[in-house]
Amino acid sequence: MLKTLGLVSGICGLVIVGSYQGTYEAVAANKRIAMERAVFKVVPAAKSIEEYYALDGGSIAKAGAEAPAGAVKFFAGYDEAGKLVGVAAAGGAKGYADTVRIMFGYDPACQCVKNIGVVSMRETPGIGDKIVKDKEFLANFEQLDAKLNAEMNALAHEIKTVKHGSKADAWQVDAIAGATITSRAVGKAINDTAQALLPKLVPNLDKIKDKS
Amino acid sequence: MSSATTTRGWDEFMEGIWKQNPVFVMVLGMCPTLAVTVSAINAISMGIATTFVLIASCGLVSLMRRIVPKEVRIATYIVIIATFVTAVDYFIQAISLALYDALGAFIQLIVVNCIILGRAEAHASKTPPLPAMVNAAGMGAGFTIGLLALGVVREILGNGTLFGLSLFGAGFQPWVIMVLPPGGFFVLGTWLLFFAWRARRKQSAEVTQHA
Repeated sequence: MLKTLGLVSGICGLVIVGSYQGTYEAVAANKRIAMERAVFKVVPAAKSIEEYYALDGGSIAKAGAEAPAGAVKFFAGYDEAGKLVGVAAAGGAKGYADTVRIMFGYDPACQCVKNIGVVSMRETPGIGDKIVKDKEFLANFEQLDAKLNAEMNALAHEIKTVKHGSKADAWQVDAIAGATITSRAVGKAINDTAQALLPKLVPNLDKIKDKS
Repeated sequence: MSSATTTRGWDEFMEGIWKQNPVFVMVLGMCPTLAVTVSAINAISMGIATTFVLIASCGLVSLMRRIVPKEVRIATYIVIIATFVTAVDYFIQAISLALYDALGAFIQLIVVNCIILGRAEAHASKTPPLPAMVNAAGMGAGFTIGLLALGVVREILGNGTLFGLSLFGAGFQPWVIMVLPPGGFFVLGTWLLFFAWRARRKQSAEVTQHA
């Protein structure tokens, strides 16, 4: 019995290791392509992108294999001349069915959030998934205010989703009527990531303004 | 190969597609059937993934049928099935991440799909490798056809598309409930009704013939 079980496990182990090794590169390439596509969508002016970590203490490091503690990952988009045109970061928050993962673009020129894209979600078709196609909702992200406060340690105004039709300030997100929970998840995802990333990134933007 | 064995091989293959269709006749594997058939492409991918696992694990189970001790056979089958599911999992990630996200946990759940364990236990463990794999291929094809029958209907009604191509133009108001979980039950129920009606009609035809 031991011999048989050993043989079975041996064969199975070989099959798993073989298929892992065989597909590893293709999987990694696929993940990178999916990420790049999401970044180009939210920073449309970008021609090339670089991956960085914003670290505690105001330094910025090129993304490597392992993320240092407290690091926030972001993508810098550069135009043909190698000038920084925008920053993209990913965030997630609990929606109606599952975590809604999004990617948003940050424009350093206007200090605002511009464009969002959904990385993954399981929201109800026809209701929650309106966040990708509802024009009124997407208009929120043409110029969503994300300025930092005077101390540069948090956003001046928290980005918040408000009830449909009650948006009054530039930092508010007008929810989709009937899909408030999903809309709120988008607002929260942006706010959480922006609060973590922007205080570390904005004072150091000079360090990455040209492509290295 | 003589004609007798060819016919037998054909019968082995067709069993899963028609007489013992896993979805419409045996009503097995309902979990992925209801969950992933929101679009035709998901249905086909799930079907192909399951077919691959079926053929590979039935082949291996059949090869080992004489050496696996009876007491641990189920555990052994599960290990073998889980191995091929893991392999499929990597392959799908390598082919398309969008597809991997759409199928979600149901790829891993192929492990507990009763069609596969049922085939391993009821058929492959008593049959030589070749017919076992032919039978598994037929079962897989039957499962794929079943999933596709649901996926096509649900995608057309619930989304107005087929394989992602728009069928009706912008004026079409999609019947959203069809791509939600209840729609799966509606469409499956309708298909089962159709097959039950056919079986009954055939039965009554036979009765009148004999009378």
